[in-house]
Amino acid sequence: MIKLRDIHKYYQTGNQPLHVLKGVDLDIREGELVSIMGSSGSGKSTLLNILGVLDSYDRGSYELAGQQVGKLGETEAARLRNKLLGFVFQSFNLLPFKNAAENVALPLYYQGVGRKERNYRAEKFLDMVGLSDRTTFMPNQLSGGQKQRVAIARALVANPKVILADEPTGQLDSQSTLDIIALLKDIHRRGNTMIIVTHEPDVANQTERKIILKDGVVTSSQTLEPVSA
Amino acid sequence: MLDGLQEIWFTLRQNKLRTLLTAFGVFWGIFMLILLLGFGRGMQNGVYDDFGSDVMDFMIVWSGDTSVPYHGMGLGRKIRLDESDVEAVRQQVNGVRMISGSRRMGDASVSYNGKNSNTDLIGIPDEYFRIKEDIPFNYGRKTNPFDEDEIRKVVALGDTVVERLFAKGEDPVGKDVRIKDVVFKVTGVFHDKGQRGRASEWAYIPQSTYEKVYGGGGKLDNITLRPEPGVDGFELEKNVVALLKRRHDVAPEDKRGINSFNMAEPMQRVNGLFTGINVFIWFVGLGTLTAGIVGISNIMIITVKERTREIGIRKALGATPFKIISTLLLESTLVTAIAGYVGLVVGVGLLELIAFGLRSTGAKMPYFMNPDVNFQVAMTAIALLVGVGVIAGLMPALRAAKITPIEAMRAE
Repeated sequence: MIKLRDIHKYYQTGNQPLHVLKGVDLDIREGELVSIMGSSGSGKSTLLNILGVLDSYDRGSYELAGQQVGKLGETEAARLRNKLLGFVFQSFNLLPFKNAAENVALPLYYQGVGRKERNYRAEKFLDMVGLSDRTTFMPNQLSGGQKQRVAIARALVANPKVILADEPTGQLDSQSTLDIIALLKDIHRRGNTMIIVTHEPDVANQTERKIILKDGVVTSSQTLEPVSA
Repeated sequence: MLDGLQEIWFTLRQNKLRTLLTAFGVFWGIFMLILLLGFGRGMQNGVYDDFGSDVMDFMIVWSGDTSVPYHGMGLGRKIRLDESDVEAVRQQVNGVRMISGSRRMGDASVSYNGKNSNTDLIGIPDEYFRIKEDIPFNYGRKTNPFDEDEIRKVVALGDTVVERLFAKGEDPVGKDVRIKDVVFKVTGVFHDKGQRGRASEWAYIPQSTYEKVYGGGGKLDNITLRPEPGVDGFELEKNVVALLKRRHDVAPEDKRGINSFNMAEPMQRVNGLFTGINVFIWFVGLGTLTAGIVGISNIMIITVKERTREIGIRKALGATPFKIISTLLLESTLVTAIAGYVGLVVGVGLLELIAFGLRSTGAKMPYFMNPDVNFQVAMTAIALLVGVGVIAGLMPALRAAKITPIEAMRAE
């Protein structure tokens, strides 16, 4: 599903280029639940952004579902994100002036899905994440956990193959964290490939494989024993 | 499309004050331009109205005494024009649209019911009223071809003469007046601001009647003509005068034998003045518009900057660069177009209100009437503003479309 070879990424900080990813090789199979761990500055978020085609890389190759991502223009990249990828961000990234259902329906809008169908699917996915009674709530009327559930519904609504979650429990209390992880595992069981970036070992331990990133290189890739939800 | 508009409505509603300020800048620019153009046109209409029947392109030729000896004839020879001159001009000078001879008698006494007035009595063929097409008749009618053919003793009187002869409120049409002791029936009353208002002291009778009643042996006092559209009036005047001088053996340099007056000359001065006024109006108007445009540009830059994070989120969810650019452009286009249209409607509405007020109260403002605005000019101004609005939005929109989603999402 995902094949990264010798990925390098530099950031320009002042006059000095900062070498963030120093030749990452990574393979993720379809339907796998993977966590990426690493200390702050290890490059894990940068790696997730590259995996999500949200950011470019400077060297190497990236193949996603058989497509060479490096050769895509911005329009093709946008379509690829819309069709294949779903995102869950640490800071939720909901549009503040849209209600929960409208936020969830947004990826469908960019697919050209009609309003009626969008509304139906948005409500269905909100129901799936346990927010059927919050469809018309604005983001500022929702708790952190509820916002993240809306974000998860949004990530799922267009039926993507891969879900990318960047510190999905980073802004949540412990109960919400447990709920969200359980929800993500449920979603994975539906067949989605899922990649979670986290610095929390408890979260990483819930996944099938734990990839450790240190100073821009993958230092270990450890398959974990299945843990019941 | 409806979805796109709804998306835009969401955003605009989210930023009410900013949207309102942008819209107001555009509204004010168009509103002021329309007002300025309307007032400019009102002044122009007022000034042109003061010319009365002196239509913008008419010219008049008359004869006098020669002032230069020519072909063995001394100076002081009296030149008299006649119908053959009219026919010669019609046949030999290119570019004549209408031509008419006329007779004229100054200080002709007119009387009615013991009251007297003096008038310039003018004998005219029907063609004359086609040349001086702008003579408004308050009552009754002009003299017509039947009057001419049947040599009727009928007269159209200027309203200044009527005021002197008739009691207030009395209808002069059908009444008999005496002009130089001959009875004429009044066909109509006109008000003519021409010749600085003096034209309202005139009286028109058919040329055939004039000839029969007052004689003259087929001679004419004036020849009045108008050029074909697009023909240079000054050139035509030169050719007509040259032909008449040749026909009457008047020296080419003689200034008195054949005289002419061309309305194009004062019109040229007036038009020059209005060109200056219009340039000034456009200068001020475009200045106001420019201020509006700068406002839109600034607000668009701020809008895109403020929305960078939102744009990043939308890109992450699948918005293509085209979708981002088109949404931002549609936003700025809609705001400018709607605000511009409202400015146009309010501006035109105010001008109409002023015009209505002036008409209904009968108030006279010197050199000002019927303020209106050329629709095409107004639409051009809006199109210009919308076009610039689009360009103003295009730069920041392109920039927004270029940055990567993750960079955009990091923006504060």
